[in-house]
Amino acid sequence: MRTTTMDPALDLHRLQFAFTATFHYLFPQLTMGLALLVFAMKTMALRTGQARWNDSARFWIRVFGVNFAFGVATGIPLEFQFATNWARFTEGAGAVVGHTLGMEGMYAFFLESSFLALLVWGERRLSPRAHWGAALALFVGTWLSGWFIVATNAFMQHPVGHVVLPDGSVVLESFGAFLTNPWAFVQYAHTMVGSLVTASFVVAAVGAWWALRREHEAVARTNLAVGTSFGLASAILVAFPTGDWQGKLVAEHQPAALAAMEGRFESGSHAELVLIGQPDIRTETIDNPIVVPGMLSFIAYGSFSKDVKGLADFPPAERPDQIELLYYAFHIMVGLGTLFIALMLVANIWRWRGKLHGSRPLLWALLLAAPFPYIANTAGWMTTELGRQPWAVHGILRTADASSEQVHGGSTMFTLLGFMGLYLVLGILFLFLVGREIAHGPKPAVGAAH
Amino acid sequence: MEMIWFGIVSVMAALWVVLDGFDMGAGALHLVVAREERERRSVLAAIGPFWDGNEVWLLALGGALFLAFPAVLATSFAGLYMAVFLITWCLVLRGISLEVRSHVAGREWRAFFDVLFSLSSALLPILFGAALGNVLRGFPIDSSGQFSLGLFGDFDPRSASGVLDWYTVLVAAMALVALAHHGALWLAHKAAEPVRSRAARLAGRAWIGTASLWFACGFATQHLRPDLMSAAWSRPLPLALGIVAMASFGASFALARRGRAGLAFLASAGFLVALLAATAAAAWPTMLHSTLSTRWSLTALNSATPAEGLATGLVWWSLAFPIALTWLFLLLRLHRGTIQPAADGEGY
Ligand code: HDD
Ligand code: HEM
Ligand code: HEM
Repeated sequence: MRTTTMDPALDLHRLQFAFTATFHYLFPQLTMGLALLVFAMKTMALRTGQARWNDSARFWIRVFGVNFAFGVATGIPLEFQFATNWARFTEGAGAVVGHTLGMEGMYAFFLESSFLALLVWGERRLSPRAHWGAALALFVGTWLSGWFIVATNAFMQHPVGHVVLPDGSVVLESFGAFLTNPWAFVQYAHTMVGSLVTASFVVAAVGAWWALRREHEAVARTNLAVGTSFGLASAILVAFPTGDWQGKLVAEHQPAALAAMEGRFESGSHAELVLIGQPDIRTETIDNPIVVPGMLSFIAYGSFSKDVKGLADFPPAERPDQIELLYYAFHIMVGLGTLFIALMLVANIWRWRGKLHGSRPLLWALLLAAPFPYIANTAGWMTTELGRQPWAVHGILRTADASSEQVHGGSTMFTLLGFMGLYLVLGILFLFLVGREIAHGPKPAVGAAH
Repeated sequence: MEMIWFGIVSVMAALWVVLDGFDMGAGALHLVVAREERERRSVLAAIGPFWDGNEVWLLALGGALFLAFPAVLATSFAGLYMAVFLITWCLVLRGISLEVRSHVAGREWRAFFDVLFSLSSALLPILFGAALGNVLRGFPIDSSGQFSLGLFGDFDPRSASGVLDWYTVLVAAMALVALAHHGALWLAHKAAEPVRSRAARLAGRAWIGTASLWFACGFATQHLRPDLMSAAWSRPLPLALGIVAMASFGASFALARRGRAGLAFLASAGFLVALLAATAAAAWPTMLHSTLSTRWSLTALNSATPAEGLATGLVWWSLAFPIALTWLFLLLRLHRGTIQPAADGEGY
């Protein structure tokens, strides 16, 4: 593999990948979480025979169909960009990551695409049990997709099961070790509950909206119950234990990323945790800090006195290059995560006391909370991907050596602007379509087969 | 091992062309074969349940290249940057317009997405055809193992100065017409009347178009890549496959005339598979031919990843392939016979 000095188009390649990946992930995070919730609703419908479960599932399946189409459409450009914009990454790491990317297509995407139309349009044609089966297939398919793509990313974060050849490319040594990368399990667990947070909040918000407007009473209650109970469970799980595990892995394997996430410039023991403050990288200090002494040492290594390295310990070529953004992305994710637990606790206590449906302030809070899990998930990926810098494959292939040298900045700028325009239109289209579904509300079964 | 993966890649490419080919072809004809709402719905109903799964064959093909011949994937995609993004955007627009169209009842809404769907569906075979033309013609790959091509140059294939030149445009035209033929046969088999008979009539005309373009392409390739053509004539496998392609092509015409659209569609699928397989077998082991010097061509032998990884890949691929075919088979069975658009407006 060739290595060169900085490619002048590098920043544009990065920006384009970041933009398109971030946009793509707005859809799968709902797909994956919703697939589980729809499956749960269909299961309840089979077991209880109550119409509200099927009505609720039917509504969410329509939203799922729209959301899925946008996820598919925006996923394809990502797959292509590995080769168009990151040719040296493809060449250098294809022998390893090609396996998980290939398996995603063969094991997950075929499953999803074959059963999607059956789930979305099949309620009348299939028996209730077969329709439930389609929901199960979609649930399994989307969660498998998540696994393969996260395993790919986990290799880039923490490469295992490979050997590096003299030309710098990596090849597979142990398929088993590659597939059972400990980083992949932790990352997968955290990502999946993160996507369940999004889906639960969205379901709860739509329930709250109908409750505020006193519409669709039974389905609104069902949505509030499903959204808040899954919301509480996933909001807790995303922080503890999965978020905590993530942090410990980063501390162990990517200490420079940890220092940047936490805004820690100096090294030393009894490291304090910065809750709020603005990092100034010229003076290497935090403005207006509010800190908890010793807490960072404890979170990262389980003891209040342990040493935590600061950025000063890493030569500039080993540090992430977007320290401020990385710091804020991490703090936004964790801050929102904490608020999610608080909101869902209150909502559940009110629900257990039978007062949620009538509590307008709380319903408003649930309604307005819906965008925030999207922000938290995006911030989380920003943390992961910016923290990995300056590496494309951590410790092996630098991002600067991963791009396509033969593609010049003019071409990349053109396609970046093209994506921005296209995705702006797609975003408006998506909001319009989903807004319409919500305004129409749940529909009764038309000419159901049973 | 390299040969096995070359075979896998070729098989997946052929499957993708046959499957995604019918929905691209049908989509390209959408505005021609279907004029009012109910007719349009019957075209969409005939491809709606299938298109995403068909497109996954393209992604899975990409995955196979990624793990077995990453240098081929990287060099071609980065070198054809602009063309690849035009393809990408067409794929995005095609999928979105097909899925979104029926969600809103307005006339203008549906007309807009019908046109978008049909245009992107027609552009896809043209662009993919031009890409195939580029692969046949070769790329200016130099000693760095790379090349970079804009969309057009001086339109002379001998200088290989752009994606589009008279040769690649010729191949693109053949791809469009051959897939329109293929898609028309699918509609003649699957769609409700009156789309069905209209598609059957169109298929006859598209067959004649394909035949003449095929002849022209063969002639042009002989002129431009005599090495490739002589390999095709002198090796037994491509020769046999070429004969199968001709026989299937003829059969698809004869069957369509007797009104056996389903069998004619299968014959057309056989034609496409055999033609692509013959091309791959004639090209073996070259994957990306260099127009500057064959020393710099990327071949299955010099760009494959190490054999251990390929063997591992073969294990999971052999497990996954039958599963993927099972899903496809289940889907086809569930939608066997004519697909009527739903009376109550649900569905595509
Ligand atoms: C609803 C979304 C959400 C919420 C509330 C949280 N996370 Fe998160 N986080 C994600 C969604 C997410 C994610 C999008 O799923 C990421 C990006 C990639 C990944 O592995 O997970 C992520 C990454 C991520 C990373 C970066 C790993 C790396 O650099 O590779 C850490 C350390 C944490 N998370 C830790 C936490 C903690 C301690 C939280 C406490 C509340 C938390 N996250 C809440
Ligand atoms: C940046 C890397 C990524 C690439 C290359 C990628 C690729 C793709 C592709 C090609 C599709 C369409 C499949 C089809 O045609 O059916 C897709 C859909 C999907 N992707 Fe991604 N993806 C990426 C990131 C992610 C992440 C991080 C997740 C989850 C953790 C994810 C989960 C999914 C899921 C569940 C789908 C199904 C469709 C949907 O949910 O809307 N993807 N992806
Ligand atoms: C869906 C959630 C994801 C988001 C929001 C995201 C975000 C980003 C961002 C912000 C960058 C730019 C980093 C930089 O160069 O400064 C980036 C780069 C990149 N990401 Fe991701 N990413 C996601 C998932 C993935 C996954 C699942 C993979 C692997 C399969 C992946 C592979 C890459 C690659 C190859 C690059 C370019 C090389 C590099 O900059 O390291 N990303 N992504």
